[in-house]
Amino acid sequence: MSEVIVITSGKGGVGKTTTSANIGTGLAMLGMRVALIDTDIGLRNLDVVMGLENRIVYNLVDVVEGNCRMKQALIRDKRYPNLYLLPSAQTRDKSAVNPEQMIKLTEDLKDDFDYILLDCPAGIEQGFRNAIAGADRALVVTTPEVSAIRDADRIIGLLEAKDMGQIQLIVNRVRTDMVRRGDMMSVDDVMDILAVPLLGAIPDDESIVVSTNQGEPLAGTDTPSGQAYLDICKRLLGEEIPLSLPGTGRGLLSRITGLLKRA
Amino acid sequence: MNPVRRVFGRRSGEIARKRLKLLLVADKTNCSPEFLEMIKDDILQVVSKYVDIDAGEIEVGLTKAFFCGSLESVPALYTNIPIRCLSYKGII
Repeated sequence: MSEVIVITSGKGGVGKTTTSANIGTGLAMLGMRVALIDTDIGLRNLDVVMGLENRIVYNLVDVVEGNCRMKQALIRDKRYPNLYLLPSAQTRDKSAVNPEQMIKLTEDLKDDFDYILLDCPAGIEQGFRNAIAGADRALVVTTPEVSAIRDADRIIGLLEAKDMGQIQLIVNRVRTDMVRRGDMMSVDDVMDILAVPLLGAIPDDESIVVSTNQGEPLAGTDTPSGQAYLDICKRLLGEEIPLSLPGTGRGLLSRITGLLKRA
Repeated sequence: MNPVRRVFGRRSGEIARKRLKLLLVADKTNCSPEFLEMIKDDILQVVSKYVDIDAGEIEVGLTKAFFCGSLESVPALYTNIPIRCLSYKGII
């Protein structure tokens, strides 16, 4: 049975595209057949993060408008033969597609893929409505900052109003050192404010920048964020993986309480 | 001591958490801080007719509350009014 998951956030720049690329790669690494769809029409980016920008011939709008078949537009990943990208159109805008067309598009992919991941554009306008239309489940990405959390709260409200089946939270760019000295909200604080179940936390990690530079997602690699993304993928597949910020060797909560005891 | 902490006297993570809690309730109820300021002024006027209160310390805000065993939280208005002297101001 396949599942359609939208990765959204409201605010731009919190890591939706990076998260989409890494969850897609991680799930493919774990043997799943994955289709990544960039729904950000006019501002496509998932192709560069995946390192597949030179292989685009057709795009999402071409498929919707019937200019090509789905199979012609899907680009196979460099490393995983079971991972495909449907790139967005760069020279069109959000109004080129409507929610009904997106529902049809995701339905068409269900036969061939276990997971269909939709990278949602920032904002709450048509691009957002298109992206969530066909989704069974939503992953809301936020960072531990006031502006990102406020937008995440708004997005969660909109997803609930649309009867989104399951809504889960990913807290990105957590800096344990700042949380420790009280200058960043903890993952627990963010969960408490947003009241949505947590799927995972990603540490702020400079390897992400390196990985984006190279166009090679780092899920599963020996980096703190690479391990955190792989943990998220395993949780999506139903494994029970305790929350930890990888690279530190200990769970986030025990680290914080341990430090409080020491202080 | 870092400059942020010197100015606010509190850890910035805690400040962020408190600001967000107020902000989200205000967003959901469509109610601005100015609106709260107006309520505060009116409450101040009414209450100060009866008791001597510390006008500088009055606090008005929105929070979430559960009423009558309901499972869903509703926005609730709270005020914290320090009373200087608990005696009627000669009205009775």
